[in-house]
Amino acid sequence: MRSTIRALVAAAIVAVAAAPAGAQGPARLAVPYTEFTLANGLHVILHRDASVPIVTVNVWYHVGSGSEKPGRTGFAHLFEHLMFEGSKNVPEGSFDTWLEGAGANNNGSTTVDRTNYYIDGPSSALDLMLFLESDRMGYLLDTMTPARVDGQRDVVKNERRQSYENRPYGMAELELDAMLFPPGHPYSWSTIGSMEDLTAASHEDVQEFFRTYYAPNNASLVIGGDIDPVKTRAMVEKWFNEIPRGKPVMPVAPPAAMLTGVTKKSMTDRVQLPRLYLGWLTPGTYRPGDAALDVVSSLLAGGKNSRLYKRLVYDLQIAQDVSAYQQSQALGSVFMVVVTARPGKDLGEIRTIVDEEIDRLAGAPPEAREMERVRNQIEASFLRRAERVGGMYGKADLMNAYYTATGTPDYFEEDMARYRALDPADISSAVGTFLPRDRRVELTVMPEAKK
Amino acid sequence: MTGVRSRSRWGRTFAALALLASTPLGAQQAPDRSKPPAPGPAPMLTLPAIQKFALGNGLRVWVLEQHEVPIVQANLVVLSGASADVPGQFGAASLTAAMLDEGAAGKAALALADEVEFLGAQLSTSASFDASAVRLSTPAAKLNEALGLMAQVALTPDFPTQELERLRTERLTALLQARDDAATLSSIAFPRLLYGPEHRYGTSAGGTESSLKTLGVGELRGFHRAHYRPDNAVLIVVGDVTPGTLRPLAEARFGSWKAEGPMPAALPIRQSPQPGKRQIYIVDKPGAAQSQIRVGLVGVPRSTSDYIALDVMNTLLGGSFTSRLNTNLREQHGYAYGAFSRFDMRRAAGPFSAYAGVQTDKTADALKEFFNELTAVVKPVPVDELERFKNYTALSFAGEFETTGQLAGKLEEMAVYALPDDVFSGYVGAVQKIAPGDVLRVAKQYLLLDRLVVTIVGDRASIEAPVRATNLGPVTVVPVADVMK
Repeated sequence: MRSTIRALVAAAIVAVAAAPAGAQGPARLAVPYTEFTLANGLHVILHRDASVPIVTVNVWYHVGSGSEKPGRTGFAHLFEHLMFEGSKNVPEGSFDTWLEGAGANNNGSTTVDRTNYYIDGPSSALDLMLFLESDRMGYLLDTMTPARVDGQRDVVKNERRQSYENRPYGMAELELDAMLFPPGHPYSWSTIGSMEDLTAASHEDVQEFFRTYYAPNNASLVIGGDIDPVKTRAMVEKWFNEIPRGKPVMPVAPPAAMLTGVTKKSMTDRVQLPRLYLGWLTPGTYRPGDAALDVVSSLLAGGKNSRLYKRLVYDLQIAQDVSAYQQSQALGSVFMVVVTARPGKDLGEIRTIVDEEIDRLAGAPPEAREMERVRNQIEASFLRRAERVGGMYGKADLMNAYYTATGTPDYFEEDMARYRALDPADISSAVGTFLPRDRRVELTVMPEAKK
Repeated sequence: MTGVRSRSRWGRTFAALALLASTPLGAQQAPDRSKPPAPGPAPMLTLPAIQKFALGNGLRVWVLEQHEVPIVQANLVVLSGASADVPGQFGAASLTAAMLDEGAAGKAALALADEVEFLGAQLSTSASFDASAVRLSTPAAKLNEALGLMAQVALTPDFPTQELERLRTERLTALLQARDDAATLSSIAFPRLLYGPEHRYGTSAGGTESSLKTLGVGELRGFHRAHYRPDNAVLIVVGDVTPGTLRPLAEARFGSWKAEGPMPAALPIRQSPQPGKRQIYIVDKPGAAQSQIRVGLVGVPRSTSDYIALDVMNTLLGGSFTSRLNTNLREQHGYAYGAFSRFDMRRAAGPFSAYAGVQTDKTADALKEFFNELTAVVKPVPVDELERFKNYTALSFAGEFETTGQLAGKLEEMAVYALPDDVFSGYVGAVQKIAPGDVLRVAKQYLLLDRLVVTIVGDRASIEAPVRATNLGPVTVVPVADVMK
C-alpha cells in the first residue's frame, strides 16, 4: 500500500508489447478515448469499457523523487502518503473509510519520474471518487498539520525497514542508485530516501511541495471503465474547474549521466548466498535502444532457454537465480543483470560467464527462433495487460503513462510497433553499444562472517 | 486489491475516437463540498453461466466464456495436494507438480519450455495443500497446440533423474535462503509451532530439508499414478473460446487419459486441537530492523457454515485498509507499514493469524495492540462500523472477477471445495444478511484469547525482555533450526 515501486517499473514496460500475429497478419491495437483540457490546465482522458460495472480514476502528478531538494530525499513518496490523510472537506481517515464504505479500493505509488494515484470501485461511486480526488488536489493544505506529517513519517520509516533494511539484499538496491548516477543527479538517490532526510522533512516542506507540484496544470486524469462520457465530463468540470492553476513547473533537466569506467563495490549483508549486480546506463523510455534492451533482457534471463539462465542455473548449476531487466525511466534508463550464486560458488566465475554471453550476443545476432520466441511472449503479455482497466498498470494507468511520455494516450500500437520493427541485427547492435564491459557498475554482496 | 475487467476489443481493428462536443466552461456553480456525494444504488455484477460437460473418459470440463480479449486460461486441477503426502514424504505433491514440465512425452525440459514460450503461452505447475494444478494462459489462436503441451506435461511426465536432482538442489538452497528473510521465517515458524511437526499443516507444502532428501523418482511417479487421474480432476477453461470449439480439442488431448485401478482413499486430515494455553515464541533474527509478529490459532475449514460471517468479521479486524488492526498499528501508532489478518481455509481447519512487521523498538507495544484489538473484536461491534465493512466486503467483490486468471481461480475454488454453483452469485446477498449478532458469535467462537499462539521473528537481544514484561503469556525462545527441521 502506498508503496514505492521503482523496481516494478521495468517489468511494466516489458509487459507492454505487441499484438498476436494472427492469420490475417498483425492486428492493430487500439483503445478508444476522448480527451480535453480544463481552463486550469488539468488534462483529462476518458476511456469507456463497460464489461463490468466498475470505474477507475487514475491521476498522475508529473513529479517524482527526481525533483527532490538536497537533504530531502524520500520526500515525494512521503508526500504521496499525506495525500490520503484528509483535505479541507474530508476529515482525517475519511478518505479511506468513505471509499471502502462504497466498495472502492485505492492506492498510490512514487517513482523517480512521477506520482500516481488510483481509485477503483462501483460505477455508482464515481461522483464520490471525483469529489475526493478534487478535494485533495485543491485543498490539501487547509487541514494539513505537523502531526499528520509525523504520523506518516513513522509509517514510511517502517516501509523503509520492511522493504529495504529487513529484506535480504535490500540495502544493495539502495547502493546501486548512488553508484550508477553522479552526485546531484536526480536519480542518484533512492525513492524511499534516507532515514535522516525523512526525519528532517517538515510541515513547511509539505506546503512548498504542494504549491510547486500539485497543481492541475501539472497533472493528468484518466477515467476508465463503465462511464457515460458526457455525464463524466460534466462531473469532472463540476469538481475540478474551481481549482486554480499553479505556476508552470520547470522540467527536471540535468546533464546526461554517463559512466566513464568501471565502478566496483563490495558490501556484506545478513544473507546466505553471494550476489552479483552488473548495471549500465541506457537510453530513456521510448528512446532508440530502449525496446531492443527489453528484448535483450528476455534473451538473457527470460525462461529456461534464455542464455544466462540456461548456462548458469540449468547447465552449470552454479547460480540459484538470474534476472535481467531494462528499467525504463524518462531521463535515462538502467539495465541490470543480477545473479545469486549457489553456496560455495565464485562470483568471479559467474561474472566471466555473464561477460561471455553478453559478448556472444554482441558478436552474432540471435537466431530467428530465439528472437520470435521472445517476441511472441512480449506480444501475448500485451494482451494479458488488456484484461484490466484499473489498478496499478491497468489500461487507465498505461494511458496516463503513454500520455505523459508521448502526448498520445492510445500509444499501444506505436509501442508494440517498436518491438515488431526489431530485427536480430538490432539486438546485437544494442548490446554492443549500450552494454560495454568497461563502462558499468559492479556490486557484490557477500554473506556476513558467522559470529 | 484492484478492480476491473475489460471489454474493449483488443487485437481487432477498433479505433473509434468519438470526439465529444465540448461543453462551455465557466458559468458554473461552485460544487457543494459540505458532505460527500452519496453513492447511487450499487450496480449488479452478472457472471456468465459455467457450462459443464464431461469427456468420454469422465474428465469434467467447465467453461466460462469471456470474449473481450483473445486469450484463454486453462487450468487442470487435480483434487489432491500436499495433504495427500504420506508421513515422511512431506513435499511429494509439490515436487511431483514441479517435475511435470521437466520432461514429458519424451521431450526434454528445455524443448518443452521452448515450445510453450514460442506460442506466447505461459505454463505453470504447482501444488497447494488441497490440490495440484497445471495452469496455462495462451493466445486464443494457439489454444489447440498449447492444450497439447499441457496434456503432455500433466498426463505423461517422464521424471528424469538428473532434473529431479537439479530441482532438489534448487529447493534445498531455497530453504537455506529462507533463513535470510524474517517474513519467510515467520510464515514457516507460525504453522510449525501451532500444528507441530507431525500434522501436515505444520510444514509448508514444499516439505523440509530431510523430507526433500528422501523423495526419489519412485515416490513421485507413485504420487502421480495415484492422484493424477480423470476421475480426480477438473479441466477449467475461461476466455475467448466456446464449449463447441473446446470439446473436440479437449477430447483429442485428454480423452485417452485413463485411471488405473480404484481411487485411493483420501488420507483423513486430522482436525488439529487448539493449543492448550497461550504461548509466545521468539525466533532470533540478530540485527533485524523489524520484528515479524504473528498471533493466531487453528481456524476453520472452507466448508464452515460461518464462512460469510467470518469473512465480514475478518474484513473489519484485518482484511482491509481501514480495518481495526491497520488503523491501530499503522495509522494511529506508526509501528508498522501495514497490519493484516486472515483465515486460511482448507479442507480441514487451516490457521487464522493476525500479523505485521513492526519496528524492533516497538515490538512489545505492538504486541499489546494486537491483543487489544483481538480482545475488542470479541465485543459487540457498532452498527455503522459493521455496515461499512459489509458494504466493502460486498461491493468490492466484483473486483475479484477481473481477468481470465482470476475467474479460473474462482472456479478452481468451486471445484476443490465442491461449492454450489450459486456460491458467487449469492455472495453479495449473503453478506448483506449478516447481523451484528453473527459477527459477535463467530468472534467469540473462534478467537479464543487464552489459547492464542504468538510467534515473533526478530532481534532477540532487543525484544525478549520487553516482550516478557508484557506478561501476555509464557515466552519460549526457539532456535531457527527447530522450526525448519
